[in-house]
Amino acid sequence: MNHSPLLHRTLSALGLAALVLPGAHAGEVSVAVAANFTAPMQKIAAQFEQDTGHKAVLSFGATGKFYAQIKNGAPFGILLAADDTTPEKIAREGLGIGATRFTYAIGQLVLWSKQPGYVDAEGKVLQKTDWQHIAIANPKLAPYGLAAMQTLDKLGLTAQVQPRVVTGENIGQTYQFAASGNAQLGFVALSQVMEDGRLREGSAWVVPGNLHEPIRQDAIVLKPGQGSEAAAALMQYLRGDKARAVIKSYGYSF
Amino acid sequence: MIPSFLSLEDWAAITLTLELAGITTVLLLALCTPLAWWLAHTRSRWRGPVGAVVALPLVLPPTVIGFYLLVTMGPNGPIGHLTESLGLGRLPFTFPGLVIGSIVYSLPFAVQPLQRAFESAGRRPLEVAATLGAGPLDRFFTVALPLARPGFVTAAVLSFAHTVGEFGVVLMLGGNIPGVTRVVSVQIYDHVEAMEYAQAHWLAGGMVVFSFIVLMLLQWLQPKERR
Repeated sequence: MNHSPLLHRTLSALGLAALVLPGAHAGEVSVAVAANFTAPMQKIAAQFEQDTGHKAVLSFGATGKFYAQIKNGAPFGILLAADDTTPEKIAREGLGIGATRFTYAIGQLVLWSKQPGYVDAEGKVLQKTDWQHIAIANPKLAPYGLAAMQTLDKLGLTAQVQPRVVTGENIGQTYQFAASGNAQLGFVALSQVMEDGRLREGSAWVVPGNLHEPIRQDAIVLKPGQGSEAAAALMQYLRGDKARAVIKSYGYSF
Repeated sequence: MIPSFLSLEDWAAITLTLELAGITTVLLLALCTPLAWWLAHTRSRWRGPVGAVVALPLVLPPTVIGFYLLVTMGPNGPIGHLTESLGLGRLPFTFPGLVIGSIVYSLPFAVQPLQRAFESAGRRPLEVAATLGAGPLDRFFTVALPLARPGFVTAAVLSFAHTVGEFGVVLMLGGNIPGVTRVVSVQIYDHVEAMEYAQAHWLAGGMVVFSFIVLMLLQWLQPKERR
């Protein structure tokens, strides 16, 4: 008990500091971010912090896993999903605020190989038989995986390609299979292989939008973020020019 | 009779898991008997480092093991180069690849019980057998092995159970191919992610019961006089 005067003093000093220090009103918001949006969101969060003084704490992972966690009381303020159905479901179930829902990015699917010059501009490489494995995200769990399967269906290649498919749990693992060269081909997000408007390495075919349903990625404010100034500010920031420039540089559209 | 609450895919995952664990256990026992024997009896200065390497999978996260296996078995890795030059192709995303991953992952669970069994039997019975005229092979098979029987039981049960419970390594190395690399733990993970909680419960609950029975069995099979 003899600690308590010191503790008291420390606490009141901290409380005082919070009142006087500049930026003391800045809040914090924790954000669940779809794996494919990892790189752009890290940049956006840094700029957001600089510009507004609010802090965005980021967690990255699969949208399906986030849903399970949110349903079980995870304290995320915002979800940046990889699809539009999960935020819709969250709104319907009262786990988030439906009115805050908007499409922050439209994802772009690419067929990618680590090997330069291997993937041609029309994706004809899919018909070849000289590759052993193609990495695709689990279509049951990941929107990019679903889009990849739709593309194969549309091209009439599903039966031919299926035996050579290896499945990543999310788009991050799918990229890893292709980037380590264990799968010669992979359907990944353009954002994973592109930086500053350019392909970082390897070769790619940007899959035309008419071959699959659009990959609409929606954001939503969740129950724990309701009324949070930082959460509202981040939702606003994501629509701003500065964030959009970053989002675009990774190959997303709006 | 196949209960309807598990799908055909669930059953395929269960069969595959048992196959993987069975093959891994047999190979581990064959591989680890000489290794454990050497560790138990050597006075070499390599004993420490080798023992530490054997114990590494105990402390390393499975993701580390899985990641390095994926890289070394890949087209740019040394094991990948070796298997390709031998005309075996590449190991990731294949059943043999998973067997190798499981052997690495469960190695300490086989080596350590065997080593302890050999150590606790000591050299004395072997020396006695030698003075009675038994040759080295004879001594090993008729004296050392029977004395180490409880060690073999423990090693086999633990290797099997630990391989059944493997997740991280398989996830990194397997590519989740039905009937080839999709084991029970991965199937459970998929069910949970896809919000199929009922199916997840049946498999996950089954794993709990299985593990409990294995551990009970282990206590049962231990020599009675120790109790």
